Amino acid sequence: MSASTTQARPVPAAVGQRLLEISGLKVHFRTDDGMVRAVDGVDIGVDRGETVCVVGESGCGKTVTAMTVLKLIAMPPGKIVAGSIMFEGRDIVPMSPAQMRAIRSKQIGIVFQEPMTSLNPVYTVGQQIAETVRHHEGLSKKAAYERAADMLRLVNIPSPQRRVHDYPHQFSGGMRQRVMIAMALSCNPKLLIADEPTTALDVTIQAQILELLTEMKERLGMAVMLITHAMGVVAETAQRVVVMYAGKVVEEATVEDLFANPRHPYTQGLIRSIPRIDLAATTHTRLEAIPGTVPSLLNPPKGCRFAARCRYVTEACLAAEPPLVEKAPGHKAACIL
Amino acid sequence: MAGSTPVSATVSAGGAPGVLVTPEARRPPISPWQDAWRRFRKHRLAVVCSGILITMIVAVLVGPLFYRVPIDGIDFSVRLQGPSWDHPLGTDDLGQDLLARILYGGRISLAVGFAAMFVAVFVGVLVGSLAGMAGGKTDAALMWVTDLFLSLPQLPLLLLIIYLFRDALTGVVGPEMGVFILIVTIIGLFNWMQVARLVRAQFFSLREKEFVEAARALGASRFRLVWKHILPNALGPVIVAATIDVAAAIIAESTLSFLGLGFPPDIPTWGRLLFDAKDNLDFAPHWALFPGLAIFLTVLSINFVGDGLRDALDPRRVK
Repeated sequence: MSASTTQARPVPAAVGQRLLEISGLKVHFRTDDGMVRAVDGVDIGVDRGETVCVVGESGCGKTVTAMTVLKLIAMPPGKIVAGSIMFEGRDIVPMSPAQMRAIRSKQIGIVFQEPMTSLNPVYTVGQQIAETVRHHEGLSKKAAYERAADMLRLVNIPSPQRRVHDYPHQFSGGMRQRVMIAMALSCNPKLLIADEPTTALDVTIQAQILELLTEMKERLGMAVMLITHAMGVVAETAQRVVVMYAGKVVEEATVEDLFANPRHPYTQGLIRSIPRIDLAATTHTRLEAIPGTVPSLLNPPKGCRFAARCRYVTEACLAAEPPLVEKAPGHKAACIL
Repeated sequence: MAGSTPVSATVSAGGAPGVLVTPEARRPPISPWQDAWRRFRKHRLAVVCSGILITMIVAVLVGPLFYRVPIDGIDFSVRLQGPSWDHPLGTDDLGQDLLARILYGGRISLAVGFAAMFVAVFVGVLVGSLAGMAGGKTDAALMWVTDLFLSLPQLPLLLLIIYLFRDALTGVVGPEMGVFILIVTIIGLFNWMQVARLVRAQFFSLREKEFVEAARALGASRFRLVWKHILPNALGPVIVAATIDVAAAIIAESTLSFLGLGFPPDIPTWGRLLFDAKDNLDFAPHWALFPGLAIFLTVLSINFVGDGLRDALDPRRVK
């Protein structure tokens, strides 16, 4: 059943070794209204073979951070103002477009949110996967097609030998997302970035795709950076969680620690606003929400960016921005509490 | 669309209506082009017109091989005669056979039409994709040039260019080829603007599409993105514009020839035939009628084929 040509990479001996280290990353966008500080000093580390979830609500800089790792943001108007992105000890930020092309999909693969439109409608899915592997690994046309069929089998698409000749419109949304994952994995990347891979899918398919991602991760021994706004997804898949708010990291912890003992009021709010089916059946309380909205990143407030929505806000919060500090071993939070 | 392949639904032996589909019985993969062809076939007028057009093309290509009457056989005893068994479409003032001249002239007229279309599409796609891909200042400059070309008074300029360059070019490559190159080039160079605008607009919307982003994330270079992912998706409207360009080029060539500025008198293009016929309209209407009909039928057919292609290549427009 397993793909023969896809060399199952053994889980590297050096688990715990840093694969990706984003430090002090600042990405700004020039707009007519001024500089939007979409990512404003973010540190995220991903170890080999690890799943890291990046959570936060819309507009907090999750996607921009992910896209910046592959330098897929439009530059201009976007600009990496500061920081470094070390991948296997090399900094991605100063790399040339040609160097980036060699990294994309061969070292770092990415899966996008929208499977319905992420495949080119004029080619068969086999052609699209084969194109990538031929381009990166110089395989023959025949070998590339075999790899494409293997990849489809790997992501559990039935009768892959036949399906490689199908066009995207012949696949359902969940199937297309499987194809996208197959495509992203076709060159054996060491890191897979999944940018809200399940948001556009319905709930049952979501679970299947998450299961598939976990399975792929274990089988191929790669690291996964999963971007999501669903806390349920986090609990199911992640080992470590990074919570982002308004372009900054506000909390970072292991998944157990985060759910058991959230330090930042924003994280607490996120966890409280998970719908609880057990409570909904017995009580008639409204679903809790965090009041207010994300502050404008054009002109972020001085002090803590969450202060305006925080129930524990104090004078000190408004005066200076609290740094991200280690509150307990392996548990960092950016809050004075 | 569905239902046109009834073979795919294999009903189970029990006869339950269309419940059980055997795993092997499925629709074969249908490419977007096959799909477009299926839609095109539904457009009756377009199908009929492509039949007419193909007949025309075959006639002018193969016709002279079978209908071996010389185009320049002068015979004053049969001058200005209407259609007869000897001369199916009549004769002109020198007694030359009109059918032979129309068949031969059709080659030139159609060749000019298609060649000029290729020039226009090539320039248009080049300018449009450069503008659409680069954006910013390059885009502004290229669109400025496009607007400039659109606002030029074409006919006087065509006449001027032909006056200026005809002799120089015919001196180099001979009268027939020289005029052909000149006419194709200038008609092409005055017809690329619509294609350029179309391609630019397509590029602007396509380059933001997720599949282009996805291809970039998979390590595709800029050229590869344009060539393999954006251009094939932008092709539909370009093909439609190209058919209209063929018609426009045939008309333009006829106009030039009618003004006596096209091919030399011994090369009977359709426009040239009309030009020669205009002084004898009173007593030999057939002389103008048949070449005119040829132009009319060809251009009309091309336009209807273009219409059908538009419906076929852009499914959303079909009501």
